[in-house]
This record gives sequence, C-alpha cells and structure tokens, in this order.
Amino acid sequence: MSIFAPRLRAAAAVICLGLSVSACGYNTIPTNEEQAKAKWADVQNNYQRRADLIPNLVATVQGYAKQEKDVLTAVIEARAKATQVKIDVSQLDDPAKLKQFQDAQNQLTGALGRLLAVSENYPDLKSNQNFLALQSQLEGTENRIAVARRDYIEAVRVYNTSLKTFPGILWASTIFRSNKPMAEFAANDNAQTPPQVKF
Amino acid sequence: MSVNVEITPSPALPRIATGRSYVAAILLSLACGGVAAFAVNYPALTGRIVDQANIIPADTRNAIEPKLTELEAKSDIQLVVATITSLEGQEIEPYANELFRNWKLGEKDKNNGVLLLVAPNEHRVRIEVGYGLEGTLTDALSKIIITNAITPRFKTGDFGGGIARGVDDIITVLTTDSAEWQQRPSLRLDNTQTSDPTNWILIGFLIVFGAMFIGRPGFRWFVLNMALSVLLNSGGSRGGGGFSSGGGFSGGGFSGGGGSSGGGGASGSW
Repeated sequence: MSIFAPRLRAAAAVICLGLSVSACGYNTIPTNEEQAKAKWADVQNNYQRRADLIPNLVATVQGYAKQEKDVLTAVIEARAKATQVKIDVSQLDDPAKLKQFQDAQNQLTGALGRLLAVSENYPDLKSNQNFLALQSQLEGTENRIAVARRDYIEAVRVYNTSLKTFPGILWASTIFRSNKPMAEFAANDNAQTPPQVKF
Repeated sequence: MSVNVEITPSPALPRIATGRSYVAAILLSLACGGVAAFAVNYPALTGRIVDQANIIPADTRNAIEPKLTELEAKSDIQLVVATITSLEGQEIEPYANELFRNWKLGEKDKNNGVLLLVAPNEHRVRIEVGYGLEGTLTDALSKIIITNAITPRFKTGDFGGGIARGVDDIITVLTTDSAEWQQRPSLRLDNTQTSDPTNWILIGFLIVFGAMFIGRPGFRWFVLNMALSVLLNSGGSRGGGGFSSGGGFSGGGFSGGGGSSGGGGASGSW
C-alpha cells in the first residue's frame, strides 16, 4: 500500500485533470472545428458533383443546339475555372480565398443558367430523356449546394461563437491560440437562391 | 466549475474572470443559444400521413397507411406523406428540408427517410430524400415519379389518386434493390461519433473507487465532487437528442428516428 499510494494518487490526479478539462468545454472548440470542416467538405463535394454533371450536359445540348457555341464555351470555361479553385480545410479562415472560390462558382452558376435558358428554344432537346434526367440531377445538385451551404454557415457560426464565448474563450486565448474564426460566405451573393430551372 | 478555473494556467484569466466582462460573456452565450430557434411553424408528426391541408380522402388514407407501415417493417425505411396549408412564404425545397430534419425521418445512422410533401395552395409538390437513400431514389427517379404519377392527377384535382400512385412508385423504387443503399450511409462525412455514456459512468466509478484508497478526507471530497459534476454534466448535454432518437416506433405513437436529409430528391408543380 505504501509503495502504490503515491503512484495511485498521481494517476487519480491525472484522470481528474482530464475530466475537469473536458467538463469545462475543452473539447468544444476542436469538436466544433471538425464539424465545420466536415460541413465544408460537403459544400465542396456538392460543387464538385455539379462540375461532374456538366460535361455530360454540354455533350447532350451540343447534339441539338450546335449553333449555341458561345453559351457552351462559356459553360466549359467557367467549369474549368471553378474546378481549379479548391479550398483546403486549413484555409477556411481566409476570407479572400473563400471569396475567390465563391466568385468562380457563381460564374459557373450564371453560365449554366444561360445554357438552360437557351435550351428552352429547342423542343427536341427539351423532350430528350437524357437531357431531362440531367436537368433534374442538376436541379437536385443546386438544391444540395444550398443545403450544404446553409449547414456550413450554421456550423461556422457555432464554431466562431464557441471561440468568443465562455468557457471557450478561456481555451481560445490559451491552448487553442492558433484557432482563428472561420470565414463565412458573403451575405450578398446570389448563389444563396438556386437558379430557377423551369420545365 | 470553480475548481476547473483554478486549474487553468492562463495569464488572461484574471482579466476575464473579473466583474463585468465575465457577466457579459455569459449573457452573450445565452443570447447566441436563443438565436437558433426557428420562426416557422411546422405541423406535428402525428402519424405516417399528416394531412394538414385536408386533401386526402379517407379511403385513400386507409389504402396507403398499411403500405407505409409495411415498408418500415420490412426495410426500416420511414416514408411519410404530408400536406400543408401554407409554405409560409418559403420555397418548397428549403421548407421540405427543414421539415424533414425537424421530424428526423429515418434511422439516425442510416438516414433512410423519405418525405412526400404536397402544398396544394402553392401548387407545389416535393419528394425529399434522406442522405441514405439518395443512391436508390435518385433525383432523376424522383422527378419521373412526380411528372408521371403525381402532377397529371393533381392537375385534374385528384389529390388522393396522385398521392396513392406516388407512394406506390416510391415504394417500388425503394424495395427493388436494397443492397445499394445499405452501404451508403457509412460514406457520409458528418457521421459524428458521440461518446458512449457508459464510459463516463465507468470512469466516474473508477475515480470514486480510487478515492477510497487515498485516505485524506479533503481529497476524497474533491474527487467525489468532480465525479458528480462530470456525470451530471454529460447527462445533461446528452438529453437534447441522443436518447430520444434511434427507434422509429415506440408504444403505438409514431416518431422520427433521428435521420437527416441534405436536399436530395425533386420538386414539381402543376
């Protein structure tokens, strides 16, 4: 007993310290940070999913509306640009980078909107089964992007709040000093509302 | 909590912990908690068919309900039909998504819920698909069901027929190949791991047990206090959702199982 007592006491103290630390919100900041990062991955995945649909869509439209060359090239170029801008999760605290990503994606949204508007003029294209399927997939993807963005904004709000409020602020000003608030999407962008895909 | 503050090795602590800023921080955290509340009034999940707009005839309801029950019994999929009087100024897509998440359709770990939402006054219909079923009931298939089975009947005012056919088609799609969707949920990124409550209780017991060996009364008091506060703390934070989700059916009533949706599915109008 006398040999084990100091060791036991030390072990108990370590466990106690761990428990007390987790009880007063030590875990909150990393948990919220990972949550926000996962939500960002969702946002990026959904934009990627949209980019993956485009070659097929362009090919289908091309079969019926070759003369709409300008619109088709605009979509292809905007897609190429949008897929180049990727944001690593460690860069989420950089508003400039996020804006760059957003601008590129917005440009693609605009080009896609024009493509879909133009395809209204081609009755054969509009009744093509492949085109209809692609259109509904695109519509669904735009909706998923909207949901993923909303979730990301909410996760960032929670994370940023935990950095600035008690008890998180104690940890943010000591151990997690390197944790910076994450950037939110700009409020005034029009990607908030998905483009209207009418049938 | 006072014990915890003593442990924190922070030079900033005296500044924060004194007086007004401390109170301000607590008030701020309270205020932020309040922001999360929703303004939209969603109907209650009273059963597998929530007919708020009162457009489903009794015989249609009697025909559909057993099918929905059977679907969940066979495949664990929760399919709910809802009609609402108003979208409250929203588009049907965000409304359906928030209603789905509000009702938590489908199992928590599989997200296998489907919501067929009809807003007759806005002339909008939507099939909202949970994360776990996106691979089976795809956007394109949902769209086909809406344009072929549902909206042509809605156009003639036959809401019962449109809903019945829509439900039939959704069930056909969902039950033909289940091997695919069963694998899907594990691929999700936001499958958060919640800590197991038994672990904490076990650790708490260990500490109390350890404290008995170490004879000093002051230390024993400290440990007991800590263990108690930790147990209370973890129990309180889990009460929000962890325990309530999991089982679809409980004691005759109907409730969601904790599932979520990310905007899969399709919408249409007539």
